[in-house]
Amino acid sequence: MMVHPYPLALTAIALVALAVAPHAQDMPSAAPSAKEASERPAWQAHGLKPQSPDSPFEEVVSGLYFRSKETQDMQADDFNNPGFLAVEQGEELWSKVDGAAGKSCASCHDAASTSMKGVAAAYPKWNGKLAKPVNLEQRIDICRTGALKAEPWAFGSPELTAMTAYIRNQSRGMPVAVKVDGPMTPWFERGKALYYQRNGQLDLACASCHEKNHGKYLRADFLSQGQSNGFPVYRLRDQRLVPLHERMEGCMQDVRATPFKPLSDEFLALETYVAWRGLGLPVETPAVRN
Amino acid sequence: MTSPFNRRQALALGTGAVAAAALGLRAGPALAAKAATDEAIKAFTRGREPVRGKVKLELPEIAENGNTVPMTVSVDAPMTKDSFVEEVMIVAEGNPNPGVISFHFTPSSVAEANTRIRLAETQNVIAVARMNDGSVFSDVKQVKVTIGGCGG
Amino acid sequence: MADVKPRIKLDKKEVAQGGVIEVKTLVSHTMESGQRKDKDGKTIPRKILNTFTCDLNGKTLFSANLESAVSANPYFQFKIRPEESGTLTFTWTDDDGSKIQATEQIKVA
Repeated sequence: MMVHPYPLALTAIALVALAVAPHAQDMPSAAPSAKEASERPAWQAHGLKPQSPDSPFEEVVSGLYFRSKETQDMQADDFNNPGFLAVEQGEELWSKVDGAAGKSCASCHDAASTSMKGVAAAYPKWNGKLAKPVNLEQRIDICRTGALKAEPWAFGSPELTAMTAYIRNQSRGMPVAVKVDGPMTPWFERGKALYYQRNGQLDLACASCHEKNHGKYLRADFLSQGQSNGFPVYRLRDQRLVPLHERMEGCMQDVRATPFKPLSDEFLALETYVAWRGLGLPVETPAVRN
Repeated sequence: MTSPFNRRQALALGTGAVAAAALGLRAGPALAAKAATDEAIKAFTRGREPVRGKVKLELPEIAENGNTVPMTVSVDAPMTKDSFVEEVMIVAEGNPNPGVISFHFTPSSVAEANTRIRLAETQNVIAVARMNDGSVFSDVKQVKVTIGGCGG
Repeated sequence: MADVKPRIKLDKKEVAQGGVIEVKTLVSHTMESGQRKDKDGKTIPRKILNTFTCDLNGKTLFSANLESAVSANPYFQFKIRPEESGTLTFTWTDDDGSKIQATEQIKVA
């Protein structure tokens, strides 16, 4: 892992502050100054009524509305949005022949704009052959090692993230529609348990920040609902497209836990459950986030 | 309002604390970086004292993340062959290296440019514009770069 | 670097004499600052795009000298007032001497 260009190493201190009262259900947020508050766009009323009566939210809101005006502007214009550099890379890879079978993605799926429309919005998805859910990254590599007879792309490689972004971009604007019934039920339940499980030295769960405290400040950070509808996201911090499991890894490192591995069953279960928490939100890939 | 360079001269005269407080500036960055900033500005202005005005720097007051901060600079200039902005230099006095970017304009361009920059911490960003007649103008904006809980 | 395709957008490709064209450019580059360290604590050497130029028929209309404080995937938005029809050439020069180039045709009536 690379050290940050301008290390902002005080993250841990911020989280220690949160952990001071780790068992308080409503942790106080650092009160922003009047000015900061006025500059922070109102996130309320930008969301949807939850589709499920079991949803923990009164309103399901995309992370976009928890970001500053400048960041929202960067996402609003597809030209300004640097995430599209990766989407364009994915588009090129889509029709590039790779592997012993002499095929490209397009050999089987033709134009992604038609064949992939809406597909990613339903991921992770049950895979009968493997008898487990797979996410989009895994599905892409199943195609590569299967039909293409090509080497799989490693998680986090620019190629896999670009292809993931390109395919998810074909569902942009379409509602997140993950299925959590049938054989997905135990994975949903496992993801839910993990979401509420406290982790690491700071003893925080996903829910500690993203359910109980979204819309509040964690030091200078304005907490979102932790929705996944924009992933892979272009992070201003990393200045590149970041896949969901890398972001979850980062959260776990921040609470000083040993993170699960990308593409592990744990993150797959969490991805499934988090997608359910954002049912109906429009896919925004590639979103721009802090 | 005075230019930031006058403030530095004021510091040298020992009234710095008051001047800095009045301007709402913090004394964070290493002196070496400040000296490098002053050097860079002096070289750019060819020793002239920049006048505050004409050049306008637009930056968010609070950066969402210091690694990608949108910035626009514009200069009020006719942009004719007789009167135009030659160059606008952007310096960030709290960065490890103060130089950020220099834009070179011509009478066949409009004196305005936008890019995205990295700011290591809360600091002043300074724009200095040099006209074709050698006159120099400046603007300064403070940008708060926050240490996030997670985003940082 | 030959495979890097910059994104270029002109708000119009035809203008009257004295008219203004707004240009946006975005190019993929890590802009390695020279400030970062790898996991062994070794400084990663600086490797940035250090120059950008926008020429019309070989004459520079707008250019920039970039330092390591320009964010990765450099984005520029600027305006030109072309005096003649011809080829706009956009060039980014890397620290290693390699260049990324793109062209656009414009018409000045």
